[in-house]
Amino acid sequence: MTSPPPRTLAEKIWEAHLVRATPRGAGGTVPPGSVSEPDLLYIDLHLVHEVTSPQAFDGLRAASRGVRRPDLTVATEDHNVPTLGVTGPGLPLSGPLSPVTDPVSRTQIETLRKNCAEFGIRLYPMGDAGQGVVHVIGPQLGLTQPGMTIVCGDSHTSTHGAFASLAFGIGTSEVEHVLATQTLSQRRPRTMAVNVEGALPEGVTAKDLILAIIAQIGTGGGQGYVIEYRGEAIRALSMEGRMTVCNMSIEAGARAGLVAPDEVTFAYLKDKQHAPHGEAWEEAVSAWRSLVTDEGAAFDHEVRIDATALSPYVTWGTNPGQALPLSGAVPDPASFEDPGAAAAATRALSYMGLEPGTALRDVTVNTVFVGSCTNGRIEDLRAAAAVLDGRHVAEGVRMLVVPGSMAVRACAEAEGLDRVFTEAGAEWRGAGCSMCLGMNPDTLAPGERSASTSNRNFEGRQGKGGRTHLVSPEVAAATAVTGRLTAPADL
Amino acid sequence: MEPFTQHTGRVVPLRRTNVDTDQIIPAVWLKQVSRAGFGKGLFAAWREDPSFVLNQDVYRGASILVAGTDFGTGSSREHAVWALTDYGFRVVISPRFGDIFRSNATKAGLLPVVLPGAVVAELQDLAENDPAATVTVDLDARVVRYGASGEAAFEIDDYTRWRLMAGLDDIGLTLRYADDITVFEQTRPAWLPTAQQA
Repeated sequence: MTSPPPRTLAEKIWEAHLVRATPRGAGGTVPPGSVSEPDLLYIDLHLVHEVTSPQAFDGLRAASRGVRRPDLTVATEDHNVPTLGVTGPGLPLSGPLSPVTDPVSRTQIETLRKNCAEFGIRLYPMGDAGQGVVHVIGPQLGLTQPGMTIVCGDSHTSTHGAFASLAFGIGTSEVEHVLATQTLSQRRPRTMAVNVEGALPEGVTAKDLILAIIAQIGTGGGQGYVIEYRGEAIRALSMEGRMTVCNMSIEAGARAGLVAPDEVTFAYLKDKQHAPHGEAWEEAVSAWRSLVTDEGAAFDHEVRIDATALSPYVTWGTNPGQALPLSGAVPDPASFEDPGAAAAATRALSYMGLEPGTALRDVTVNTVFVGSCTNGRIEDLRAAAAVLDGRHVAEGVRMLVVPGSMAVRACAEAEGLDRVFTEAGAEWRGAGCSMCLGMNPDTLAPGERSASTSNRNFEGRQGKGGRTHLVSPEVAAATAVTGRLTAPADL
Repeated sequence: MEPFTQHTGRVVPLRRTNVDTDQIIPAVWLKQVSRAGFGKGLFAAWREDPSFVLNQDVYRGASILVAGTDFGTGSSREHAVWALTDYGFRVVISPRFGDIFRSNATKAGLLPVVLPGAVVAELQDLAENDPAATVTVDLDARVVRYGASGEAAFEIDDYTRWRLMAGLDDIGLTLRYADDITVFEQTRPAWLPTAQQA
């Protein structure tokens, strides 16, 4: 008997979810003539939120279709909910006691609640102990497990790849497709290995690593690929750190990122609410151990990153690939060889109000945001609090600390982190997407500049005219103390 | 979905790279619960600049957007596609698209066409020199025709092309395999999580 050909982790998960596979080479038999159909992929978990789902539910109703697997569908309210005044469950959506003052946001939240009730979908509403940013609550509830396929109408679904689940963002038409069929029609993606060799130096975080990776491969470099992050530095990361890395895969153009599971993964999942228990746990772990790229399996593309050469990173421009070590200076657009990149840099510097040659450490900010699906987990808050402990936010700087979920908030409060933040002069908020994207009350005013632990520094992302520098939680906290882009080591 | 076979229209040259979906439709516009009316929010921030290309009268009514590389990166918001179609675009041409945007476009009747940077620049030059010039995008023949004799072939897979040309509903196509889905479900490991348990 010949042994099966070696496969990558991505290929193993893909092949385990094929309801129907495109016949290799032959093409399918869909009329008219021979048309090659994509694979039909089964989806193990569908996460839903208020912004990208209303039109999908409308589509189901218009076609008299139901939700095939409400038991594999979980909803939460995160994108447009306020983070002030939301301290517990049961808050009214309207009236003077409601934290939601924007009528359009209210309609969107009400619509999600009605849709979930009508189709029997479990919802974690604003203020509920289980509520939070959709990519924070999946792992925290133990719903995110190795080998699964997970989708959500949100591009940062790639976060869940930290658990070796093939997880990617989809649009609203595909949300409707998954609701109706629990499957997606998909072309098999290409595979890319990002090999991070050596150990990260002291003070260099998962956020710095992923910013450096995106700066190296570019915002379109991962387009069409599933990235598997490999190597010593990845193995040394906690689950939180791996989630930060996988989260920003989409910022390199890749729909999904993956990290093979190991003891760190299993320890995180053990005893989580939705994780398998007892004998089922043993059975599951045994299956999960096979979720590795086989020796000799070929990736379509490989990239090498030297972890030992990295230092804290910060973005200077208006896409996440426009990043440099914090020790650097704002680049001169004339220094870019590619004319497109030079034009983009010129435009970015104009929007950001920066001059070439300015030391990044001399860039002053008036807002610091710690939170989001990238860096809103407990470890991120601990890291920021450790820097702020005994220090104070600089005068004229506003610092928002927004836990990624109500559970993270509760955990942080049990550890006393909330007091560290408030005593340092930061605002301690409720859970939500908050200032990561300008669609709730937490926004930058035109011309305001932030150091933000979120994932996108696009023009206007945090509010019209706002200027964003992406940083790690540690750099965010140190920046809050000085009012300038600062690493903790500089304090 | 309206079938798409061939489209002839005028071109809007958008000389920018990395046009992310936050630029195509800013987040404040995402609170609507219907699919209609997003055209008003298309490039909302950029349109505040009177010199922005969409504000130039000569490009009014143009239906083909030709942009720099990495168009539609970032957020998965399908609202970006709805904004483009609601505004009147039927085709977007770029050297490279964000994966999710491209997928969303083909589900919502907007044809994303990948052409090399040199051809994109040629089309942009054409539209800047002669805004009345028309370009034909022939999905059937997988070719873009422009100017006196310009012609550029583009790639699109057979299945997507067929689906767009027939204007077919993806869900209806998948439901032909409902029995296969049921069979697959019976093979799933028992330990996999559900929302209801625990």
